[in-house]
Amino acid sequence: MSDAPQTFVLDGEAVEFSPGQSILQAALAGGSYIPSLCYHPEFKPHGSCKVCTVKVNGRAAASCTTPARAGDVVELQSEELQDLRKNLVQFLFTEGNHFCPSCEQSGDCQLQAVGYELGVVSGHYNPLFPTRNVDASHPDVLLDLNRCILCELCVRASSIVDKKDVFALSGRGITKHLVVNAESGRLADTALQLSDKAMSVCPVGAILRKRHGFATPIGQRTFDKQPVSALAIQKAQAKTTDEGTR
Amino acid sequence: MSEPSKKLRVATASLAGCFGCHMSLLDIDERLTELLEHVELDASPLTDQKHVGTCDIGLIEGGLCNADNVHVLRAFRRHCKILVAVGACAVNGGLPAQRNHLDIRDCLQSVYLTGLGVERGFIPNDPELPLPLAQVHPLHDVVKIDYFLPGCPPSADAIWQFLSDLIAGRTPQLGHGLIRYD
Ligand code: SF4
Ligand code: SF4
Ligand code: FES
Repeated sequence: MSDAPQTFVLDGEAVEFSPGQSILQAALAGGSYIPSLCYHPEFKPHGSCKVCTVKVNGRAAASCTTPARAGDVVELQSEELQDLRKNLVQFLFTEGNHFCPSCEQSGDCQLQAVGYELGVVSGHYNPLFPTRNVDASHPDVLLDLNRCILCELCVRASSIVDKKDVFALSGRGITKHLVVNAESGRLADTALQLSDKAMSVCPVGAILRKRHGFATPIGQRTFDKQPVSALAIQKAQAKTTDEGTR
Repeated sequence: MSEPSKKLRVATASLAGCFGCHMSLLDIDERLTELLEHVELDASPLTDQKHVGTCDIGLIEGGLCNADNVHVLRAFRRHCKILVAVGACAVNGGLPAQRNHLDIRDCLQSVYLTGLGVERGFIPNDPELPLPLAQVHPLHDVVKIDYFLPGCPPSADAIWQFLSDLIAGRTPQLGHGLIRYD
């Protein structure tokens, strides 16, 4: 019986995958980093940020939602694709209000870390400086929409895991924004608790635990210690080994 | 007649910044002597020369919060072959830009008229004072910027790496740990 692993080609190198894996998952497990923002290994991929875009047989596709297929030719590191990813990240920086020096998430933030990884040194576009809400009504949680990148992870976590539906997205295009499911629109009037999954999935500093900001000194924060690429690969490989030994 | 200088002429300015980036430049410590073998300073808070002359490199700290900042920036752009936005405020407005969602009139009123402990206050209106802009802007909102060196402030090592690359005629490359937004 032939159980030779199936492979696809990523920038000229064969990458093994197991059935059901996405290109993103297989690449990470094989030690190649693909930048991502709205992907979370515990949730069904949702494919909205497009930062993980690759070309599959010449056609652009989000690698987090595209299943790996034997024989496919996938392009990841070309200048064109790196520029596209950079641009997407620059859009996110300039359409929100990201002042990293005063942000509690700095050093642990995935948007920032992906920016570093891609060599983003400026927003490039003229910043919009939008007016966005901060909701400090909850005793334990601060919601700062200036930094929300609309990845919908909190929406998914609150609905699927916590079964509370605390968050939702509303509006379209540039007016799209996160809303809180309460008649008052305030976080204090929801059942959100610190132990909720929704409290631990935000890739940026939009959903924060109160009284925890700046607790970790500079130099010891997540991405001070290693780049996001190394961490993502490490996590994916730990998960694969874990599954292999089960 | 003396030999024309082969050193690169460098000007620096602090606009709506806190001088932290200039302090970080000084933090390259003994490497300053090496730097001064390759560059000579033109207009800069470090030389106290006020008007920028023809330069190879202009380093600008701080964003644009008033009309004078815009004049200085434009003069730098006219006189410098390479213009660099140094630090978070120059790159994206930084901390001063956190006033951007507030009305400038409300800001001035609460600082000079209604603020805690203000007595017989008035909004300063001396014609010598540059007018504040309605919003704080990053440098690239107004002129073309050739390079960006982010960080609040960029570390001495990042500044050194950046300047060494530039002096050697290379495109500056900052690796992991040197690109920082905070
Ligand atoms: S959320 Fe991330 S990118 Fe935005 S200000 Fe905070 S640390 Fe910076
Ligand atoms: S608050 Fe955070 S988790 Fe929720 S949509 Fe915004 S960025 Fe994503
Ligand atoms: S990570 Fe794939 S679209 Fe966001």
